[in-house]
Amino acid sequence: MLNGYGSTILDGAWLTLSLALTSMALAIVLGLIGAAFRLSPIKWLALLGETYATVIRGIPDLVLILLIFYGGQDVVNRVAPLLGFEDYIDLDPFVTGVFTMGFIFGAYLSETFRGAFMAIPKGQSEAGAAYGMTGTQVFFRVLVPQMIRFAIPGFTNNWLVLVKATALVSTVSLQDMMFKAKNAADATHQPFTFYLVVAALYLAITSVSLLLLRALEKRYSVGMKVAEL
Amino acid sequence: MIFDFAPIWENIHLYLGGILITLKLLAISLAVGLAAAIPLGLMRVSRQPLVNGAAWLYTYVIRGTPMLVQLFLIYYGLAQFSAVRESVLWPLLSDATFCACLAFAINTSAYSAEILAGSLKAIPHGEIEAAKAMGMSRAKLYRRILLPSALRRALPQYSNEVIMMLHTTSLASIVTLVDITGAAKTINSQFYLAFEAYITAGAIYLCLTFVLVRLFKLAERRWLAYLAPRKA
Repeated sequence: MLNGYGSTILDGAWLTLSLALTSMALAIVLGLIGAAFRLSPIKWLALLGETYATVIRGIPDLVLILLIFYGGQDVVNRVAPLLGFEDYIDLDPFVTGVFTMGFIFGAYLSETFRGAFMAIPKGQSEAGAAYGMTGTQVFFRVLVPQMIRFAIPGFTNNWLVLVKATALVSTVSLQDMMFKAKNAADATHQPFTFYLVVAALYLAITSVSLLLLRALEKRYSVGMKVAEL
Repeated sequence: MIFDFAPIWENIHLYLGGILITLKLLAISLAVGLAAAIPLGLMRVSRQPLVNGAAWLYTYVIRGTPMLVQLFLIYYGLAQFSAVRESVLWPLLSDATFCACLAFAINTSAYSAEILAGSLKAIPHGEIEAAKAMGMSRAKLYRRILLPSALRRALPQYSNEVIMMLHTTSLASIVTLVDITGAAKTINSQFYLAFEAYITAGAIYLCLTFVLVRLFKLAERRWLAYLAPRKA
C-alpha cells in the first residue's frame, strides 16, 4: 500500500502517539505544580508560576522547540567542557521532544487547572480543613477530584492542540509520521497523497480523543444537576 | 562569558525585517480569514442541516489537522498535479508567501467561524425578538442587530485566536520565508549561536504578544464597555 510506505507511516504514527501521551503526562504534572504555585499565598511562588505561564504562552511552539532542541544542545556543549566533560554530548531526540512539549503544555494546563480550582466552591476546602485535614490532604482528596470535572473541557482542548503541535518536531528530525511522510513524498514525488494520508491519521486521532474525553466528562459529571432551558 | 550576543546586535536588521514579514503575514491572513469566517459562522447557526453540516465539516477537518500539514498540502502537495502546474494560478501557488497566507487564512477562518457561531448563539433572545417586533427583515436583522452584537461579544475569544495566529505565522519559516523565526534560523546558520538566535526571536514574539493583548484590552474597553462590571 502507498508504494510500500504504508507501514513506515504507521510506525511514525505510533511515535507521534507515544510522544503526545508521554508529553501530556509530564505536562499534567507541571500544570498541577504551576497551578498550585499560582494559587499559592506565598508571593514569590505565585510570581514564579505566573512568569512560567505567561512567558511560555507568549512564544510560538516552533520557536520554543527550536530553542530547546538546538539552543539546548548548544548550551549543554558550551557548559560541559567547563565542568570537565570533553566529549560532544548528543541529546536524545525523543527525550528532548517529551521535555519540550511537556514544558510548553504544562504552562497551558496550569491555566486550565487554575481556572478549574477556582471554580470549586470555597466551602469545600473549608469543610476539609474543619475535618482536620492538612493542606496537602485537602488538595489531593477534596480539590483535585472535583477540579477534574471543571478541567475536562479545557484539557480536551489542550490535548488536541498538543497532538497537532507534535507535527512540529518533524522539523527537528524526530521521526514522527510527518517526518516519514516527508521522506515518502520526496522519494515518490507524490507529496499530496502522503500529506493527505497524514492529515487523515491526525483527524482520526483527534476524533477518537474527542469521543473518549466526552465519555470521561460524562463519567465525572455523574450526579451533577443539569439546568433545563 | 558563555553567551555571545554581539553578532545578534550586528544583525538586528535581519530581525527587524523579520518583524515586518511576520506582521504582514498576520495582517493578510487575519483579514482574509475573518472575511471568510463571517459567512461560515452564519452557516454554522443555520437550521438547515445541509448548510450547517457543510460548514461543520469544514471547521471540523481544519481544526482536527495540524497547521503544518495544511501548509505542506498547499505548498508542496499541489505541485503533484500537472493540471495545477499548468494552470494560470501556478505563479501564485508556487509562491511561498501566497501559499503561507492562504494556508493561514483557511486555518483561522475555521477557528474564527466557530467563535462567531458561539457568540451568535449567545445573543440574548430579547434582542432578536425586539428586532422582529420592529418589523426588521432577516437581512436587516443580521446586519443591524446580530452581526454587530456577535462580533463585539466575540472580541475576548478572538484576541486569543489572533495571538495563536501570531504564533502560527512562525511556520512560514519552514517554507523558506524570512520572518522573525526565519531571521533566527539565518543567524544560527551563519554564526552557530542557536541559543542566542532563538532566545532573541522568542523575546520579540513575547513583546508582540504583549502589545496585541494590550490593544485588545483597549478594544474591549471601547466596544464592550456596556458589558463591563459596574464600577463601585
